Amino acid sequence: MTTDALTKEFQAIVGNENVMVSEADRQSYSYDAAVLEPVVPALVLRPETTEALGKCVKLCNDNDRPLTVRGAGTNLSGGTIPDPRGGVVILTNSLNKILEINEQDLYAVVQPGVVTATFAAEVAKRGLFYPPDPGSQAVSTLGGNVAENAGGLRGLKYGVTKDYVMGVDFFDVDGGLVKSGSRTVKCVTGYNLGGLMIASEGTLGVFAEITLKLVPPPAAQKAMMAIYDNVDKASESVAAIIANKIVPCTLEFLDNATIRYVEDFCKAGLPTDAQAVLLIEVDGHPVQVEEDAAKVVELCKKVGASEVKMAEDAAQRDALWTARRAALPALARARPTTVLEDATVPRSKIPAMIKAINEIAAKYKLDIGTFGHAGDGNLHPTIMCDRRDKEEFHRVEAAVDEIFDVAISLKGTLSGEHGIGLAKSKWMEKETSRATIEYSRRMKKSIDPKSILNPGKIIAGRG
Amino acid sequence: MPDVKQLARLLMELDDQMATCMKCGMCQAVCPVFAETMREADVTRGKIALLENLAHEMIKDAAGVQDKLNKCLLCGSCAASCPSGVKIMDIFLKARAIVNGYMGLSPAKRAVLRGMLTRPRLFNALLGMAETFQGLFTKPVNDVIGSSCSKMLSPVIGDRHFLPLAKTPLHNAVKPMNTAPGASGLKVAFFPGCLVDKIFPRVGHAVLKVLAHHGVGVYLPDAQACCGIPAAASGDQDSYDKLVRYNVDLFSKENFDYLVTPCGTCTATIKDIWPKLSDAYPAELKARISSITERTMDINAFLVDVIGVQAVENGKATHTVTFHDSCHLKKSLGVSAQPRTLIKANPDYQVVEMKEADRCCGNGGSFNLYHYEISKQIGRRKRDNIVASGAEMVSTGCPACMMQISDMLSQAGDNKPVRHPVEIYAETLP
Ligand SMILES: Cc1cc2nc3c(=O)[nH]c(=O)nc-3n(C[C@H](O)[C@H](O)[C@H](O)COP(=O)(O)OP(=O)(O)OC[C@H]3O[C@@H](n4cnc5c(N)ncnc54)[C@H](O)[C@@H]3O)c2cc1C
Ligand code: SF4
Ligand code: SF4
Repeated sequence: MTTDALTKEFQAIVGNENVMVSEADRQSYSYDAAVLEPVVPALVLRPETTEALGKCVKLCNDNDRPLTVRGAGTNLSGGTIPDPRGGVVILTNSLNKILEINEQDLYAVVQPGVVTATFAAEVAKRGLFYPPDPGSQAVSTLGGNVAENAGGLRGLKYGVTKDYVMGVDFFDVDGGLVKSGSRTVKCVTGYNLGGLMIASEGTLGVFAEITLKLVPPPAAQKAMMAIYDNVDKASESVAAIIANKIVPCTLEFLDNATIRYVEDFCKAGLPTDAQAVLLIEVDGHPVQVEEDAAKVVELCKKVGASEVKMAEDAAQRDALWTARRAALPALARARPTTVLEDATVPRSKIPAMIKAINEIAAKYKLDIGTFGHAGDGNLHPTIMCDRRDKEEFHRVEAAVDEIFDVAISLKGTLSGEHGIGLAKSKWMEKETSRATIEYSRRMKKSIDPKSILNPGKIIAGRG
Repeated sequence: MPDVKQLARLLMELDDQMATCMKCGMCQAVCPVFAETMREADVTRGKIALLENLAHEMIKDAAGVQDKLNKCLLCGSCAASCPSGVKIMDIFLKARAIVNGYMGLSPAKRAVLRGMLTRPRLFNALLGMAETFQGLFTKPVNDVIGSSCSKMLSPVIGDRHFLPLAKTPLHNAVKPMNTAPGASGLKVAFFPGCLVDKIFPRVGHAVLKVLAHHGVGVYLPDAQACCGIPAAASGDQDSYDKLVRYNVDLFSKENFDYLVTPCGTCTATIKDIWPKLSDAYPAELKARISSITERTMDINAFLVDVIGVQAVENGKATHTVTFHDSCHLKKSLGVSAQPRTLIKANPDYQVVEMKEADRCCGNGGSFNLYHYEISKQIGRRKRDNIVASGAEMVSTGCPACMMQISDMLSQAGDNKPVRHPVEIYAETLP
């Protein structure tokens, strides 16, 4: 079918105003938050009902049109960059209803375009808690969170998005609605198809409804900051805290470069010669929280923190977190382009990883600041550069390759939470195996024979 | 058809600034236009991407980009929260000058900007005539707010409940002034701004009353010109330059300690935009501009921070008022505590905070004219928050917001007065 005829068919499904054809509109869906070349889609659709979403998927398949579902477009791996062969973008931001919040059975049912923070706030109003809190939560969608298995600051204690997905109803390529999971804690009815959708990046099905688990919120929390003149001591503190059976809800790390940029940016009062800062928060029952907090302070001091500060009230707690919140803005302001990486290693390997990153930075003459989630070994080495400088950007690419090599050699992983998308698919086999890729491709081929579901992502290739 | 290559070359001047946008998408959380349309091309990230593509000759449809660029309130909400610190307002204003300069102004805009705004005396005379006749076509709809609507003019103005031109604009009610400092030892230049002069002269009278009370000398020259924001926002660099030069000449004639305005938009324009758009000016003009901008202050900030007006809370307040933070006052100038203090300086008034007090009201100057439906949707949210606060009236430090909020309240049939903080404070004075 010609694009014109197809456009009319899509208009009949979603309404004229929800089919975007103008050059300006289409160009604004050619990129996401990854530092990659944009690709302009042929059409952009915005279904307003679940039914219309299913019909759009089917029509794409019938016409051999690759489709890319887009939430807020904040993923950092090119997951929403459309296919160059007449790709269609399907927006979920009109599918943004919270369908149910069940306070008795502790679950919620949502459409995929609901914004994470909006959902968390609605849940909190009812005295419940949805823990996954990616840094992008003010705009990211729950569909995008499930498709990327997004993490956040609370991952160590509360887990990541996958730990809250009870079921996903999704469209297959023929527009059939596949139901998975249930509203019960236990469910073994058939394959765990909902599980298959997690981190699938839009390549295996198009989510229509998601059932999410809710938990009761912690009654109290306490935050502290420990400063170190040596990365090993920070890492030993993390090990000591966990060995003492304390699981903080957050355990964040800033390296020396990040500390210097943060100080420069917002004068948070950090010593610029410190080699590492840990920001720690414990939560739970008030009595337990007091005990744990005291213990954490003691442990950090014992291991050799040069200073440990405990927040005494909400204002002080907020002040402590300023440094962590400022990390990305501080690094992002330093140079035009910010390459935010996501290499993750077992937590005991953090000092080795930081050392390797600093060596790579020196070797390629690059500025790299590293911060991240020390509790789960998920680091964000952030390279400050200017992608318009071709020579420099080659060095950046070479450095990224080496960072991944080191992460894999330390038994870590390419990506803790930002996904594979287009950006990292070429490294997939290195971390896994040939068989993993073949198995994944066969599965994809049988689910999506024409390869219309977000082709090129994760396992590369169309076909 | 303009030469796209040359347009691209001009836009490349902004490339360094645009390259700092890391496409994180966080601006989607705060942009009031995006909240209504949910289209990426309407949010900062999309607009910058389109401008970059135009600069790099990757897009053909320059008019399409112009359209998206102008669909913006210039409210600065995105700039205030951008993690990458992108100089968004610089980019947008300069891009408007380049793109609109290239694509040309619409005939209607040209007539208003070039034919009237840049000629202050003619502008005043024409509007004076308009006031005489406006009663023939319009009818009052809300006495408390003072708004009108017009069936006959509806093809032009839609279903707006607008505030009519004042019977006697400020410039006719008070003679030009040049008084010496009184007890305060200070002298200010007073720049009422077009909206206060022509629609809310009562705010101008309140300012003069307060200044006199505090012994502040006033320089109020005749025939002041518009601050230039409508021209800058339309990308009409010629008219903008004329207005700035005219005002700079006028206010360079006299010595004063501060230049004060009761209009958040005028203050932000003079303080932020005049220096921003002065790259091409001769050094001598630049020096005079910075001498004025350094001394420019919002009236609320002047009264509280310089004169030292303080809140009086004696528990006897009989009126409740909720305060709307104008984008220009809060996000561009960081003025948000002072107007509240000024209201509380009147012991009869108690401030009741509304939800999202600093969310844009949707006026955005000419945005309201060209995108009235979206402007109205944004405005309704503001109206709902005002009503939900339960306060009996609303106050805000910018007459453009006063107009938008009046329209929204009036259309919803709410009898809530809309007032400037300085009016509330002036009530306490003899
Ligand atoms: C400043 C910043 C901070 C960030 N912080 C974090 C962080 O702390 N932790 C973290 O994990 N990530 C983080 N991210 C990455 C990103 O925000 C997450 O991956 C997020 O989950 C993406 O959500 P989205 O709605 O933007 O999805 P999009 O980017 O729009 O899409 C992501 C993927 O999901 C697919 N998808 C979306 N909706 C559907 C659907 N209905 N059906 C099928 N597939 C779908 C898309 O095709 C795409 O492959 C951050 C990003 C930024 C810019
Ligand atoms: S928040 Fe700033 S850096 Fe991020 S996309 Fe918007 S303008 Fe660009
Ligand atoms: S200035 Fe206001 S309306 Fe314009 S893009 Fe920024 S937030 Fe949106």
